[in-house]
Amino acid sequence: MAAPVVFFALFFAWPVVSIVERGLRVDGAWQFGRFGETLSRPEILDVLWFTCWQALASTGLTLLIALPGAYVFARFDFRGKGLLRAVVTIPFVMPTVMVGTAFLALVGRGGLLDGLWGVRLDGTVWAILIAHVFFNYAVVVRTVGGLWAQLDPRQEEAARVLGASRWRAWRTVTLPALAPSVAAAALMVFLFTASSFAVVQILGGSTYSTLETEIYRQTVVRFDLTTAAVLTMVQFVAVGLVLAVHARIVRRRETALRLVAPEETARRPRGAGQWALFVVVLVSVALLIVLPLGVLVERSFATSHGYGLDYYRALQTPDPSGTFLVPLLDTIGNSLRYAVVATLIALVIGGLAAAALTRRAGRLVRGFDALLMLPLGVSAVTVGFGFLITLDEPPFDLRASWILVPLAQALVGVPFVVRTMLPVLRAVDDRLREAAAVLGASPWRAWREVDLPLVRRALLIAAGFAFAVSLGEFGATVFIARPDSPTLTVAVARLLGRPGELNYGQAMALSTILMVVCAVSLLLLERLRTERTSGEF
Amino acid sequence: MSTTISSSTKRMAAAALVAALGVTTLAACGTEDVRDAAGKTGAPAPKTVTLVSHDSFNASKEVLAEFTKETGFKVKVLKAGDAGEAVNKEILTKGSPQGDVFFGVDNTLLSRALDNGIFVPYEAKGVDRVPATYRLDKENRVTPIDSGDICVNYDKKYFADKKLAPPVTFDDLAKPAYKDLLVVENPERSSPGLGFLLGTAAKYGDEGWQDYWTKLKANGVKTVDSWELAYNQEFSGSAGGKQAKGDRPLVVSYASSPPVEVLYGEPQPKVAPTGVSTGTCFRQIEFAGLLNGAKNPEGGKALIDFLISKKFQEDMPLQMFVNPVAKDAALPELFTKHGVVVEQPETMAPEKIAEKRDPWIQQWSSLVLK
Repeated sequence: MAAPVVFFALFFAWPVVSIVERGLRVDGAWQFGRFGETLSRPEILDVLWFTCWQALASTGLTLLIALPGAYVFARFDFRGKGLLRAVVTIPFVMPTVMVGTAFLALVGRGGLLDGLWGVRLDGTVWAILIAHVFFNYAVVVRTVGGLWAQLDPRQEEAARVLGASRWRAWRTVTLPALAPSVAAAALMVFLFTASSFAVVQILGGSTYSTLETEIYRQTVVRFDLTTAAVLTMVQFVAVGLVLAVHARIVRRRETALRLVAPEETARRPRGAGQWALFVVVLVSVALLIVLPLGVLVERSFATSHGYGLDYYRALQTPDPSGTFLVPLLDTIGNSLRYAVVATLIALVIGGLAAAALTRRAGRLVRGFDALLMLPLGVSAVTVGFGFLITLDEPPFDLRASWILVPLAQALVGVPFVVRTMLPVLRAVDDRLREAAAVLGASPWRAWREVDLPLVRRALLIAAGFAFAVSLGEFGATVFIARPDSPTLTVAVARLLGRPGELNYGQAMALSTILMVVCAVSLLLLERLRTERTSGEF
Repeated sequence: MSTTISSSTKRMAAAALVAALGVTTLAACGTEDVRDAAGKTGAPAPKTVTLVSHDSFNASKEVLAEFTKETGFKVKVLKAGDAGEAVNKEILTKGSPQGDVFFGVDNTLLSRALDNGIFVPYEAKGVDRVPATYRLDKENRVTPIDSGDICVNYDKKYFADKKLAPPVTFDDLAKPAYKDLLVVENPERSSPGLGFLLGTAAKYGDEGWQDYWTKLKANGVKTVDSWELAYNQEFSGSAGGKQAKGDRPLVVSYASSPPVEVLYGEPQPKVAPTGVSTGTCFRQIEFAGLLNGAKNPEGGKALIDFLISKKFQEDMPLQMFVNPVAKDAALPELFTKHGVVVEQPETMAPEKIAEKRDPWIQQWSSLVLK
């Protein structure tokens, strides 16, 4: 418990509190008057309203589209499942600029919809919502699917045998068991989309702004730290409310469940209904995820003189102006190194926190549970500026150190680790632990022999998340990464910031490589799981 | 520095974290990166001089190695976001800066930086080779390093196909012949966008630019949020714009963009695919300064001297696509062959920009976006 608390306090709470204090206290006088004034401005109210409803709509839409997906991934056995599960996670690591480009190509001028029906969605809220589904599909599939795959289908079958209709059996047996993980997924999607930044800027144009874009504007453009601090406080309160609601829902639902090996529950689709569902899910994944990614892949090969590997070849040679001191291919190694360290930190911190949260359900502990989720909902700009004014003295002058990159990345990874592991950990029947204790096992041994085998799957899913978050992270990385060791995402952004065909093409090629790196890493993680499952349960 | 949290609390928290993170932190300390990040006080002057800059900073390896050879200092570069973000971060950390020298504050941000006192005066050796028009701070708190022009670029092929002469001046852009052709960046969110707005204000006056923009709006000007979107998505003359079926042959970019198009052509074309409307330019000057509270002021001074040396000045154009300010620095062939000389760029005093920037952006938003 101590490690997560200290980690959280030092790398999140302290920086954020300091920057808010800096904004709210000007020359020693507190500026509380600014709350009323800021919050009564009509444009700020518009921003708050839009932030809330677009996040709610995005969350609803994502659940609607991704829950059937979670079912298919959990309960059906089909060829290429591992690969497809890795593919739906790719959006998670993609630089938002690239995703924006891909979506503009599909729903914007001259895009697919424009060509077919003359419909353009760029600059509308629909483009934003669809892109949010694209980014968060994997959150639902992985969080809900992870638990779903381990639910014993025989319980639902028993209900059927006792005469319940299929719907009733699902509603009364499976849904209550799934509720905590559905709530967890919804919470993460909501926090993510509520703090959405680049998607709103690129696809919404200058028309829409969210609380996040507004905090960025006040901090970076206008340098009005007081207004930014007021908005950050609003963000805190809003996120706090959401977390409280979530905690209430979950607490009433969590019960010990009978967990089985996922391999036992998955089978090939049977009957017209299951096949139809299977096909619908595959088509939605193809349209929503594979197609936009495909646009980027296509552009990485499309040179001014037909398709070719020119851009990929250029990646291996130093830049003509010598701007990147290393061939761009080296950025893959840099990205992977950061991601491995960040994943380890997130697993250690998040794992310890989840373990502590399983046992003691005191009010304090529950509060800490909610606090751990805050980094998802609080502006990256706030945290980043906070780092600057707090981590500036030895022995913790970390501002210029590479370790800050994986630390900042882990901050976003930890909530994922906690949220994926906690539902499973809490579902472990306490009597198993008690039995182990009665038989003379130490607490550590009981954890190792009882909890660990059951949560190994969740642990690997969590690791996948933390890894993907780190690979795709941009804000902290661009700030700290050395010019001589840029990561993939940083290199993509720099390439896109310059004129010239080769720069644009190489950005596309690097993005394609990023997709492959992400997919391969996640597949390797999956392999790790299947090799060890024998005799687990 | 935070006023309520004492440094002893900081150290306690730090110590606790070291204990708690155990393995992770130990692993981190094993590498040399962490070692050279810690500022050693009391020891002889550190061998590293840290340059804080924006994301666009670049210098070639050989030139930086040359600096180390001449002075014994090794340059470490920190990139702190885009220009505005980087300056704000320096203001925030005033007195306890992240580095020794900051490079990249331009004339649109200069007043904000100077008023907040993030720099200390230093008269660089060789600064007399820089024309007086660039030396905007009489107290030498900042030294001019480079200049560039924000101008409308045009897609040569489009205008050749249409047998239409490309526009040259601000007035041209509002003419019916160029209806629905121009894409600009939002001045609030993009520095070329701001430069273009300031250019129109310098040209038409404090009270006249609003009329001009009303005309531009009637002539179908399109606004997007960033240079990347304008150039790679909307502009028909770029590789990205072609793939995205961009339909705007006029874009607000830089006077140096055409040579860069040549440099990164695949294969390199004989002539640049894009041109510059030389009557639509706003001059940007970038400065460097010694940071208030620098840990290595000697190294910082040496670095500023180096930034205006002939060697660095001649390296800059191909690294950051800007023009040198030192009179004795020659432009590379790429620029003399494919670039243009902007004779009469619009300019504006930094104090005036600081004063007008926010109200003008607000006026612009309600005029153009609504």
